[in-house]
Amino acid sequence: MATLQETTEEILDLASAHFKVSRSDLRADDDFFRKLGINSLQALDLLTRIEQHFHIELPDYELQGVSDFRALAERIQSRL
Amino acid sequence: MLDLSRFNSLGEALRAALERWPDEVCLIEVDRDREKARYTYRQFKEAALPLAAAMQGAGLQSGTRAAILMTNQSKWLISAYAVFFAGGVLVPLDYKLTPEEQGKLLAHSKAEFLVTEYHIWRALAQAPGFQESRPRIVLVTEAPPNAELHGARRWEEFRASTEPVFVPRERKDPACIVYSSGTGGRPKGCVLTHENYLEQCVALTSLYPFWPGVTYLSILPTNHAIDFMVGFIGPFTCGAAVVHLRTLRPEFIRDAFTRYKITYMSLVPMILKSLEKGLRQKFDELPKGKRRVLDSLVALNRALTRGRPRPRISRALLPQVHNAFGGGLLALFVGGAFTEPSTLQFFYDLGIPVGNGYGCTEAGTVITVNDFRPFRADSVGKPLPGVTVRINNPDSEGIGEVWTQSKMIMSHYLDDPEMTAETIAGGWLKTGDLGRMDSAGHLQLFGRKKNMIVTEEGKNIYPEDVETYFENLPVKEFCVFAANYLWPARTMLGEKLVLVVHPDSGQPVTQKVLTDIAARNQRLINYKRISGYVPWTQDFPRTASMKIKRNELAEQIRNTLERSAIVAL
Repeated sequence: MATLQETTEEILDLASAHFKVSRSDLRADDDFFRKLGINSLQALDLLTRIEQHFHIELPDYELQGVSDFRALAERIQSRL
Repeated sequence: MLDLSRFNSLGEALRAALERWPDEVCLIEVDRDREKARYTYRQFKEAALPLAAAMQGAGLQSGTRAAILMTNQSKWLISAYAVFFAGGVLVPLDYKLTPEEQGKLLAHSKAEFLVTEYHIWRALAQAPGFQESRPRIVLVTEAPPNAELHGARRWEEFRASTEPVFVPRERKDPACIVYSSGTGGRPKGCVLTHENYLEQCVALTSLYPFWPGVTYLSILPTNHAIDFMVGFIGPFTCGAAVVHLRTLRPEFIRDAFTRYKITYMSLVPMILKSLEKGLRQKFDELPKGKRRVLDSLVALNRALTRGRPRPRISRALLPQVHNAFGGGLLALFVGGAFTEPSTLQFFYDLGIPVGNGYGCTEAGTVITVNDFRPFRADSVGKPLPGVTVRINNPDSEGIGEVWTQSKMIMSHYLDDPEMTAETIAGGWLKTGDLGRMDSAGHLQLFGRKKNMIVTEEGKNIYPEDVETYFENLPVKEFCVFAANYLWPARTMLGEKLVLVVHPDSGQPVTQKVLTDIAARNQRLINYKRISGYVPWTQDFPRTASMKIKRNELAEQIRNTLERSAIVAL
C-alpha cells in the first residue's frame, strides 16, 4: 500500500493537472482553497478526480473541515 | 390554495398530510445514482411513529428540545416529524460547523436529545469540553457494526412498539430554535413558533404551489431555512414528493433532474453559477450555425415570456435544454445570498425561472420573492402575501434599512432579551440590510447596515464569531469587521472580513504576527476566513467593562483610513 507521503504526492499531481497550476507551486501543507483559488463546489471536482484515480468512493463530507492537501491525503489514506 | 388555519402546530399539519395521501410517494433518498430509500406517506408515518414512541419512552415531552445534526438525508425528516409528533422543539444544526462550534450551540440550546450521523458524532464526541454538556440521549445513524458509539444509541434500533401519544401544541409555542450565528461569541438562537412556519408555508405555496405528483429536489441540508420550508413543510403539507440527493456533484444533480422529473429545486448562488457556467460552456462548444439558431430561439423565448413564464412554449422552443433539466421543471429557488442579475436573466431567457428571494431566519425565512409577473432580474421581488416591508429612515435616494412585519417574525432570541429588543421593536424586525422599494413594489438591496457578510454559499458570517480564533494574538488589541461595514459600499458583491490590528504601541505589524494571523486564519473553515488586515495605531474605544465599542471604532477607522488601507493576506 502507498505511504501517506506517496498519496499526498499523487493528490498534488492530480490537483496540479486538474486546475492547471504548476506542480512546483504546490506543497503538502498548502491550503488548497486559497492556493487553487477554488470554492467548496470546485473542491468536490477534485474529490471526484481523486476517486477516479484511487478507485474509491468518497462521500462529500470527507471534505468537511479539511483545507490542506496533507489532511486530505490522510482522509484518502484511511480509505485505501 | 393551501389552508392550514385549522392546524395549531407543524405536528398537526404534517400528521393530517400523512393521513390524507397514504399512497403518494413523499420521500426518496438518492446517494449519487443509487436510490437508497423510498417512502410513501404511509411508510413515512410507519417509520417515524415507533421512533416518536421510543423518544417519548426516553422522556421527550411537550417542549423538550431535540437537536438534529445531519447531512441531507431522509432520516432528518423522519426524526423531525417524530419530534413534532411528540410535542418537542426542534433544534436544526449545521453539520458544516466545526465540532467545537456544534458543541457550543448544543450547550446553548440545552437540547436533551440529539440525532446525528456516525461520522459527525465521532468528531463531536471527542471535541474538547463536549462531554460536560452533551445531550442526555444521542441517536446515531449509519454507524458501522462494531463502531465505538461513545454512549450513543443506534437510530435504526431506537424504536418502541407502543403507540406514541400525539402531543398538541399551540400556535404561539416554539417549533424550532434556529441559530443564525453565534458559534464563537453570543449565540443567536431564533425561536420560531408553529404559527411562523404555518403562515410562511401558506404564503409561499400561494406563489409556488405543490400538489401530489410534484417532485422537489433537495440538495441543501434541511437545517437550511429554505430547504426546511420548501423541501419539507411545503411539499409535505401538499402531498408532494421530496428527493434527497446526498451529494452536490453536478453530474449526479443532472442525473436526478431527468430521473425524477424534478419540478422545483432550491439552491444557493454558488451552485446556480456553477450550473450557468456548465451551460455556457456547452453553448460555446456548439458549431457556429447551431449556436446562431440557439441564440435566435433564446431571443424568441425571451420575447414570448416577457410578461410571465410560459413553460410549454419554452420547452417547445428549447427542448434540449429543458430535457436536460428533466422536462418538468417549473422553477428554481435561489436565496441565502446575493445572486447576480445576469445569472437570473440567463436562466429566465432559457425558460427556467429562478425565484430570487430575500429573507433571514429571524423573519421566518422569506420576506420577498420574485413572483415572475413579470420576471425581474434586478430585484429580490415583492413582499410575500401577509408580509409588510418598510424602508426605515430613507435617504434622498429612498435607500434605508429594511424593516418587516408579519406573523412569520420569530418570537425572540433564546435567552437574550437584550438582543431581541435591539432587533424587534414595535413588532418590526430590523433586518440590518439596506434597500429601496420601487414604484412596482419590488425590493432592491444595496448593501448592509450591520457588521456581517454573507457568502455565495449562503452562509452568514459574523465578525464576533471569527474573532475567537484570534484570541491571544500577540498584539495590543484587534477586532474583526466586515469591510463594507467600515467603508459602506452599495453592493452585495465581494463581501469580505478584515482584521484591524493594533500592535504594541509604536510597533509595526511584524512578520511574526502576520505568520500567526495566517496560521490561525487557515484553521478557520474556508468561507469564514479574513481576507486582509488593517494596521491601526490608536487605542480602541472601550466601554467601562472594557468591551470594544465597535461602532465608534468603525467610525474612527472610516474617518481616518481609506479602503485601500486593507493589506491582503
